[in-house]
Amino acid sequence: MKEFSTLSIKETISSLKNKDFSVSELIDFHISSMENGRELNAFITETSDIARKKAIVCDQNYSKGEDKPLEGIPIGIKDMFCTKGVKTTASSKMLENFIPPYESTVTQNLWDDGAILLGKLNNDEFAMGSSNETSFFGEVKNPWKNSMDNFTVPGGSSGGSATSVAAGIGLASLGTDTGGSIRQPASFTGTVGLKPTYGRCSRWGIIAFASSLDQAGPITKTVRDCALLLNSICSYDPKDSTSSQKKIPDFEKATDESIKGMKIGIPKEYEADGISEDIIEYIEKGKEWLVESGAEIIEISLPHIKYALPCYYIIAPAEASSNLARYDGVKFTHRVDAENIIDMYEETRSQGFGDEVKRRIMIGTYVLSSGYYDAYYLKAQKVRAMISQDFKEAFSKVDAIYGPSTPSTAFELGDKKKDPLEMYLNDVFTVPVNLAGLPAMSVPVGLDKKNLPIGMQLIGNSFNEESILSIASCIEKSAKFDLNPNRWWINE
Amino acid sequence: MNNLVKGETGDWEIVIGIEVHAQIVSNSKLFSSASTKFGGEHNTQVSFVDAGMPGMLPVINWVCVEQAIRTGLGLNAKINNYSIFDRKNYFYPDLPQGYQISQYKQPIVGEGSVTIDIDDKKSKTIRIERLHLEQDAGKSLHDQHPEFSFVDLNRSGVALMEIVSMPDISSADEAQSYIKKIRSIMRYLGTCDGNMEEGSLRADINVSVRKPGDELGTRCEIKNVNSIKFIGQAIDYEARRQIELIEDSKEIDQETRLFDPKKGETRSMRSKEEAHDYRYFPDPDLLPLSFSENIIEDIKSELPELPDDKKERFQKEYSLSTYDSNILVSEIEIADFFEAVAKGRDPKIAANWITGEYFAAMNKLGFSITNSPISIDNLSKLIKLIEENIISTRIAKDVFEIMLENNENPEEIIEREGLKQVSDSGELEKIIDNIIVENPDQVEAVKLKPKLMGWFVGQVMKETNGKANPKLVNDLLNDKLN
Repeated sequence: MKEFSTLSIKETISSLKNKDFSVSELIDFHISSMENGRELNAFITETSDIARKKAIVCDQNYSKGEDKPLEGIPIGIKDMFCTKGVKTTASSKMLENFIPPYESTVTQNLWDDGAILLGKLNNDEFAMGSSNETSFFGEVKNPWKNSMDNFTVPGGSSGGSATSVAAGIGLASLGTDTGGSIRQPASFTGTVGLKPTYGRCSRWGIIAFASSLDQAGPITKTVRDCALLLNSICSYDPKDSTSSQKKIPDFEKATDESIKGMKIGIPKEYEADGISEDIIEYIEKGKEWLVESGAEIIEISLPHIKYALPCYYIIAPAEASSNLARYDGVKFTHRVDAENIIDMYEETRSQGFGDEVKRRIMIGTYVLSSGYYDAYYLKAQKVRAMISQDFKEAFSKVDAIYGPSTPSTAFELGDKKKDPLEMYLNDVFTVPVNLAGLPAMSVPVGLDKKNLPIGMQLIGNSFNEESILSIASCIEKSAKFDLNPNRWWINE
Repeated sequence: MNNLVKGETGDWEIVIGIEVHAQIVSNSKLFSSASTKFGGEHNTQVSFVDAGMPGMLPVINWVCVEQAIRTGLGLNAKINNYSIFDRKNYFYPDLPQGYQISQYKQPIVGEGSVTIDIDDKKSKTIRIERLHLEQDAGKSLHDQHPEFSFVDLNRSGVALMEIVSMPDISSADEAQSYIKKIRSIMRYLGTCDGNMEEGSLRADINVSVRKPGDELGTRCEIKNVNSIKFIGQAIDYEARRQIELIEDSKEIDQETRLFDPKKGETRSMRSKEEAHDYRYFPDPDLLPLSFSENIIEDIKSELPELPDDKKERFQKEYSLSTYDSNILVSEIEIADFFEAVAKGRDPKIAANWITGEYFAAMNKLGFSITNSPISIDNLSKLIKLIEENIISTRIAKDVFEIMLENNENPEEIIEREGLKQVSDSGELEKIIDNIIVENPDQVEAVKLKPKLMGWFVGQVMKETNGKANPKLVNDLLNDKLN
């Protein structure tokens, strides 16, 4: 049954249509992969029973010829998405036992298209982290060990989402991306990850981290699969005031489009940023592939992105400090009983949140405090507007922007855990995109000398996911990346 | 200005600014579709949004926006067609999100004004600083369980308008007039039912005192006063307290205070040091609130006649006094009632009856105009009977008493009871002649003392059971005795 794990969604669906195997067989395989992969710690909740039940319905739909676009496709969902009747924890002790009575719009879209929930995926607590080491449910391991045979992090915060797909558990997953939380883990695990334009996907039912930056998106094995998932999850949702009513194109079609004549910008500011040599090598290789495919490379300037990281680490914590105020012990969360209400709040929140979450709540509370608001929050908003303007000007000259997803490949577990600042620096290329609300994706291009995947980032203009999908598809063809980590986690 | 308060060291001036919290009339809440109906079972009118559930998002209810625009127009205020919702962050068990969605720097309504009447001749303009939209919180219940407090979220997320006045108010009376006026305007507009018992209208009152002409003194804010009577009491108490403190050479702490209606006192709730830092910032879940000028114009074109305009019209159209007009326009229901009763009748008689006998009876019996025991139609008929001299005013009062019992038609009452006024001069002449014949001494006396004429009138009334037309009686007596 090995072939199951190497199939893409596209290939799986055509096999299911051909009756090469049934949905139930497919699901059984993925359930056993999930069980065999527990050492990766990618899943917080396994929903095998739900999956098996739905598989029967999906098989019936195939026999009746009533199969929907993602009929029978097993998908893991980051534990930030509320799933009706299924525990949703945000990887926090605070929500350890929270079972939402509602389904997020984005996951509902998947189920409406026939997809099957395989389980809920581990992530950094409340999506705050870049290594998936802040989860209350423990760290997630990257399927790719480095050449020293040491464990590496899968990136974060969608670490479980990236690890599961890279390990062949489920055919795809959903993540959320606030400052790179889809693209960075995709890059670390050799998977494809895309953050849509802000507003493409409804945020309704997704546990909020930073509302003006959060966006859901897929992590997949291939660019085409990524487009297939996008087709399903994007929708206008009147329940989300920031949801866009813009027409949603056929994203899959974009993956077949030629990039001939496309103008692709490379920001000169990227050169200065201490990027590892292996990655620089692949940036150059990528350029060659693009030129060979008929694209034109243009140097551009994004003068203000050097301020993106500090700007992000003001705005995101500010919003988070407010978004997380509702976890107070009064309702639906963990509670520590105490003598009075103030002590109850303090004890509950001290015990319920981990260090990184507390750190960000404190930063956020500080930057919004009277006397500091103008110097921090307001200034950060101004910088954010300037960064958006930089991108706007760039996109008047180019169709997409190309560069690395991260300055380095996956680091070893525990390596940066002690130094939050160094951890934050990992987001340097991904964060500006969220501040500007633009679509961007990471596509794997090869392995570095430590045998770890390298991802390249493509940034598109607002509501132009199609261009980056076309370019990513082209890179994918040239790179011929083999998503095949050594399966150390299977004890056979 | 007679608003000065005497202290040991001379006269003091009170400076008052009021924040009114008015619940918007709408079927559903500001950001959710849950019902706003008053009096439901605890926690039965709560959506996932109102409970602050993870991942839930607010969506603006445009009905509430229109109501705020309508109110702003009623307060002669500038409508801002671009405004921002902010989060006001603080922890409280009945605040499920951990923040209240409000408007801070850019409210939907800017500066405006209302006019209050000081007396029949004088009025005063109170400037409005702003009106903004915000969510109400839930309610903590401390009397349900010996160890726990419970929370009722039915009110959580209900739409409020906060109307902030400038510190233009200088007495408890003015403050009460101001609240009454704001309430009246909103009730005319149908934007707030003004029901203070149900909490649809509450006021935070900022009070400070100073020597006339001095700089503003340190203010205290009295939170959540929920009756017009209490507003008066709270201000009087608080002003006196502050004056005494200053005159004793003590400092006034800038603080938030609560009014205790049982003791008639204000007491400290929290000091400035304990004041919250609300960490306002624009709510990233909501887009800026923007709408076109057309929407404002459309709402403006459909505004009803408001109290000030109605008062002016009543004075012009019905030649009513300022006093009567003020009373009649104070509530939309009274104004409508008056106009219905007065239709085709002498408006002055109608106004006198409504503001006099009718209101006195309503107060005494505990009725209001909305559950009046006398129908418009029957009251109107009574006015007609008076107007046409079929009954005297005195008899009318008796008829009115009977009407109060079961809303009987006054025409039927006077028919049945034989109360029609005697205006037949032949009949009256007979009676008068009889009296003259039987009382020769009095006839002599009245020639020397014309004031004694009243005795003769009294005798005629006695003979006719009060039904004689008094004017006719006077005329006839004058003819016969002079």
